Amino acid sequence: MERQLLSGDEAVALAALHAGVALGTGYPGTPSTEILETFSELGGRAQWAPNEKVALEVGLGAAFANARTIVTMKHVGLNVAADPLFTAAYTGVAGALIVVSADDPGMSSSQNEQDNRRYAVAAGLPAIEPSDSQEAYDFLFTAIEISERWHLPVLFRMTTRVCHSKSIVVARDAADRQPARAPHFEHDIAGRVMIPANARPAHRRLRAKLAEIAAWGEDCALNRVEPGDLSLGIVASGVSYLHAAEAEPGAAIFKIGLVNPLPIERARAFAASVERCVVVEEGDPIIADSLRAAGIAVESKAEMYRFGELDVARVRRIIAGDVTAEPAQPRGKPPELCPACPYHTVYGTLAKHDCIVAGDIGCYTLGVLPPYKAMDSCVAMGASIGVGLGLRHVLPPAEARRVVSVIGDSTFVHSGISGLVEMAYNPPETGHVVLVLDNGTTAMTGQQEHPGTGRTLDHGPTNKLSIEGIATAIGIGSVTVIDPYADPEGFERLLLERLAATELSVIVARRPCILAAADIRKWEKQAAEIRAGASAQEAFDLPGGDE
Amino acid sequence: MSAGRDAGGGNGAGGSAGSGGAAGRVSAPATRTVTNVVLAGLGGQGVIKASDILADAALRAGLDVKKAEVHGMSQRGGSVTSDVRFGRKVLSPMVPTGEADFLVVLAPSEVEVTRPLLRPGGVLLAPDLVPEGELPNKRSLNVALLGALSGYLEIPPETLLDAVRAALPERLHRVNEQAFALGQKVAARQGTIR
Repeated sequence: MERQLLSGDEAVALAALHAGVALGTGYPGTPSTEILETFSELGGRAQWAPNEKVALEVGLGAAFANARTIVTMKHVGLNVAADPLFTAAYTGVAGALIVVSADDPGMSSSQNEQDNRRYAVAAGLPAIEPSDSQEAYDFLFTAIEISERWHLPVLFRMTTRVCHSKSIVVARDAADRQPARAPHFEHDIAGRVMIPANARPAHRRLRAKLAEIAAWGEDCALNRVEPGDLSLGIVASGVSYLHAAEAEPGAAIFKIGLVNPLPIERARAFAASVERCVVVEEGDPIIADSLRAAGIAVESKAEMYRFGELDVARVRRIIAGDVTAEPAQPRGKPPELCPACPYHTVYGTLAKHDCIVAGDIGCYTLGVLPPYKAMDSCVAMGASIGVGLGLRHVLPPAEARRVVSVIGDSTFVHSGISGLVEMAYNPPETGHVVLVLDNGTTAMTGQQEHPGTGRTLDHGPTNKLSIEGIATAIGIGSVTVIDPYADPEGFERLLLERLAATELSVIVARRPCILAAADIRKWEKQAAEIRAGASAQEAFDLPGGDE
Repeated sequence: MSAGRDAGGGNGAGGSAGSGGAAGRVSAPATRTVTNVVLAGLGGQGVIKASDILADAALRAGLDVKKAEVHGMSQRGGSVTSDVRFGRKVLSPMVPTGEADFLVVLAPSEVEVTRPLLRPGGVLLAPDLVPEGELPNKRSLNVALLGALSGYLEIPPETLLDAVRAALPERLHRVNEQAFALGQKVAARQGTIR
């Protein structure tokens, strides 16, 4: 029994490999990113999609073809993938489809702290929540079993602490692992073509499956009672279970791993067996509300504990009913743009000319911090373009002309392209300027590839998307590429000229991320060698080579 | 300040530099079976690398171990802390505030910010413990402080060194072995160990 120290993300990747997952896809997002990177390093087939919606659709197609698939994203990514998610619950799958949602309570690196257990309830999907890396490993096998038994996608909900904490994992023996399924296609028009006539019975089928899973879940191994002193019972899931077990070592605990559908009857019996029953959960009071709605007498945490992560100290306070002000957490030095980031010039220029900046998600969001304070909004991936256009449409012309949308290269590919289509379709009277900061990588999440880099997840060569080519094809009148680091004066001149024009403009400010530059050069060299090797092979294989 | 018991320490030693003259191995109270270490510094200083090494050493020593930190924004030069907990059985991956037995800090600016994490009587190992001039390579401060920490731990120093070597490419082994030894030496000189 080899003990390995793995993060939750690494444990999921290892389990995916051992469970015969044929394809992993997703979009980078803290804290989920390392799952696919590790799966690839371990030899699994992993790829980045341009965004989470496409990733889920690719995973769904593979699962229609009988394969086991895993799709990974951060919590806000599931908002982007929600459209296919809800109807995938109706169509179901032939193989297995596991959707990993990595939530970020406390927002260590996110714009909100939404609780994605609600998606499981809303879409009608089974949801599993591990507490540590061993459970992340073990529960992934169970998630696949559920997905295959009921032919449903399964939501695998993790949180920052579970994803990034390392703990000991003992992997299954080789004999207990799963070989990959053989993909094949069977027509199932009524089951997968969701026109209303097919979707109506599909919804009923879904609810019937959920009722079966609820009955199965009452006694399943994902949920367990840990006996203890019956004066206090705690219901907990995820990392909160570990905090609670430490905070109240003597208490009886009902530990829930299947968070949708909840094991209501077992919770009822547990609550009845103890003098006092407290639900300890991070984020929204979902378990507590559900149990109370079922008429089970449990205490929920005070509203102040909806915010931020829980820890042992906060769990002690929850159980003590302490609602006094919490001690302030130490505040260290905030992150900042790297000293050698090529975009200092850009933010200096935007600040100097008092631009109204509709911003976006990435490292470059740090342009909001002093000394520049050169960002006026940051909402969602790709939102810079739509928000900038809305501002342009209604502001008086003098103000409208100061509006600039700023978006990174990976974010542009993720969901900026449709914003650009909107810009060409409904141009503001004053025109608009979109500034694409193309540093050649998905920098914020740790330098992942994307379609605009021309390299795949494992840095091998593939087709390369041209941001300026897309802008031109969409019908943007002025498209310019400039290196703002090499030519700061030229950049400033160009920006002022485009702001003064009424034409639609895209400026691609291109300069590699300082942290990624050396790696990018290395991968480009490798890619060139691979291409050269391929063309040499092609020449060798030309007519006549074939017997 | 350098290695020394924090104010309110069990032996009545004050929190100022060089005051930690109490003899005897500093260990977790007998009622606790888990040792809590918090490592802190700024992005890029090797805080995460140091905590990976410490956690790996605990694993190699046959202990249960958990390690927690927040990635993401900390990559951009901001504050980083990493919690390592080891012992017979570890539950929560996070060291509760005010319960760290050891606080290892790589950046002077982070000492005061993170001090509340330390328990009364816990040990602070601050960057000025290691004379910069004696460090074979500035980037090996993290390993030097692990060397300083090693004297307080149940984990054998040789196991920690194995973990150091496993975490670094071979060309960096010598420099880091020297840094580790320097840390051991200065901590012993400080008089807090044995």
